[in-house]
Amino acid sequence: MNLHEHQAKALLAEYGVPIPRGKVAFSVDEALAAASELGLPVVVKAQIHAGGRGKAGGVRLARTEDEVRAAADAILGATLVTKQTGPEGRLVRRLLVEEGVAIARELYVSFIIDRSTGRPMCVASAAGGMDIEEVAAETPEKILTVRVDPAMGMQPFQARRLAFGLGFEGPVFRNGTKFLTALYRAFEGLDASQVEINPMLVTEGGDVLALDAKVSVDDSALFRQPQVLALRDVHEESPFEVEASKHRLSYIKLDGSVGCMVNGAGLAMATMDIVKLAGASPANFLDVGGGASADQIENAFRILSSDPEVRVVLINIFGGILRCDRLARGLIDAVRKLGVTLPIVIRMEGTNVELARRMLEESGLDFTTADGMRDAAEQVVKRLAGQEAA
Amino acid sequence: MSVLVGNETRLVVQGITGREGAFHAEACRDYGTNLVAGVVPGKGGQTAVGVPVFDTVAEAVEKTHANVGFVLVPPPFCADAYAEAVDAGLDLVVSITEGVPTRDMVRVMRTVPPGGTRILGPNCPGVISPGQAKVGIMPGFIHKEGHVGVVSRSGTLTYEAVHQLSERGIGQSTCVGIGGDPVIGTNFVDVLELFAADDDTGAVILIGEIGGGAEEEAADFIRREMRKPVVAFIAGQTAPPGRRMGHAGAIVMGGQGTAAGKMEALRSAGCTVVESPAEMGAAMEARLRG
Repeated sequence: MNLHEHQAKALLAEYGVPIPRGKVAFSVDEALAAASELGLPVVVKAQIHAGGRGKAGGVRLARTEDEVRAAADAILGATLVTKQTGPEGRLVRRLLVEEGVAIARELYVSFIIDRSTGRPMCVASAAGGMDIEEVAAETPEKILTVRVDPAMGMQPFQARRLAFGLGFEGPVFRNGTKFLTALYRAFEGLDASQVEINPMLVTEGGDVLALDAKVSVDDSALFRQPQVLALRDVHEESPFEVEASKHRLSYIKLDGSVGCMVNGAGLAMATMDIVKLAGASPANFLDVGGGASADQIENAFRILSSDPEVRVVLINIFGGILRCDRLARGLIDAVRKLGVTLPIVIRMEGTNVELARRMLEESGLDFTTADGMRDAAEQVVKRLAGQEAA
Repeated sequence: MSVLVGNETRLVVQGITGREGAFHAEACRDYGTNLVAGVVPGKGGQTAVGVPVFDTVAEAVEKTHANVGFVLVPPPFCADAYAEAVDAGLDLVVSITEGVPTRDMVRVMRTVPPGGTRILGPNCPGVISPGQAKVGIMPGFIHKEGHVGVVSRSGTLTYEAVHQLSERGIGQSTCVGIGGDPVIGTNFVDVLELFAADDDTGAVILIGEIGGGAEEEAADFIRREMRKPVVAFIAGQTAPPGRRMGHAGAIVMGGQGTAAGKMEALRSAGCTVVESPAEMGAAMEARLRG
């Protein structure tokens, strides 16, 4: 789960990570009130779940009350298009108004889980404010990494190694090691999958602050992170995906015309791949999971067929835990109940498949059954072509 | 022979009195696995699925000489169940549980001593050596005894590969699902090492997916050590960058973890890499004839 910058900063501050003073604002009036409380100048920042806001005009310095009003007015309600939002952009519904700080240096620091060692890893660089992937590609020698033993936590020597590597001295060195240690504690305590501070700021006064903050929390740990779960902003998610998550379905909207319903994430990806290889394009990723009930399948079908882009539905189920007859029952009920008129191609294998096929045939509904994945993809392309001809 | 599980497997199911636990314990036993015990804290002394239930894994090991654990408990308790199996000194412990917090796996992996219990999963279908033993949730009937090893990050996509093999009369030595999470107990290289050393495995199908670098590490191992044919498929060639595709580990970040990169790495290591998931069985057939 992703968080807004202002939410991420508030959580990090609880772990002792220093942040600039700031307030969230949902209207121009609230932005003005925040600015007068913080004192001018302030920075007015769009709050959306995407990076690249500065370049898209979503971050503005305001030195006067008029400038605060103008900035808030321009950004709130605007649709920002950044390299992370896609061409449709993202509507700005909230702002972060923050005190202006005098910048001496900008650096980069993040914590992630290093998959190959299965340990938390700190990645730091003196090149702050830049895309870390670019730094890694062009000047890999500027990247510092430290792997943390999860049983020990971040050790003082590790924080010192990073601080020396970043060129910290004197009071900045002390502030820097404190910052890094607190950031690790936040990463661990929040069950974060990523904490990224870009830039980490050294002020002219020698303070070390998180000027920006990106926190992603492990979805599997949300059951024990209620304060994080309460911060979810459904506006930042596609309505289809929000609806799917209510039914514990894994759904991702894509831009093609073949609605896919598959059991298992790997098979769902492979199904998208074979649709593409056959010359069509998937409208979504949808994993109904292992133990999907008839009820859940109906919900899956409702979400999938309510996407106006979908012109053909492809169902690919390999029954393991999921029984094919249960799937067939769910499908027949859903198609009848929802009055679906879309062509449906079904490929099933596994437990009780013969019974399931018979149920579909005897339903009197228009299902095309396919033999294997390639046949399924070809049938889908045939149905699409048929639609174009008609 | 075979790897990880076989005729010598003595299975203890952790969580055997739960609905899922009882169902899968029975299915494993019915497949032919030697189920010897169950463990449910507080239910020691009872009987479930025809075997004695113990309060702790240590007691189950002492009384029944169990050597493989199968964890069927909800996500918040999975890491603890793994840790208990490690502490009791089982050879292998498998969990199918989906949604285990990554931090729990990071910590539990730290508790395994060198040469200690092998952890498989979580969020995987388990492991099966056809005709000998299954410790997992896969449909046993699609498998066939034979000499192709299968290793995969996916569940149902593994069944797809097995189905394609069995349909062509090609049997499997052992099929291992390693799981789709970012931090897992057993990775591709671990399983490839086992297959490389197993006399009963003549060729391998490797099924990867986007995210992380495990397939690239596998490619390195194959280039250096593997003298058996490997057919590979990578799921998620059409997945959009930055989006998590169902599995917690399936995400392309900043150009890392792409299907194209993994396919290239495996191809240059000498694997037959198929673009279509429908071609896995046919490609293996061709390599075996080859």
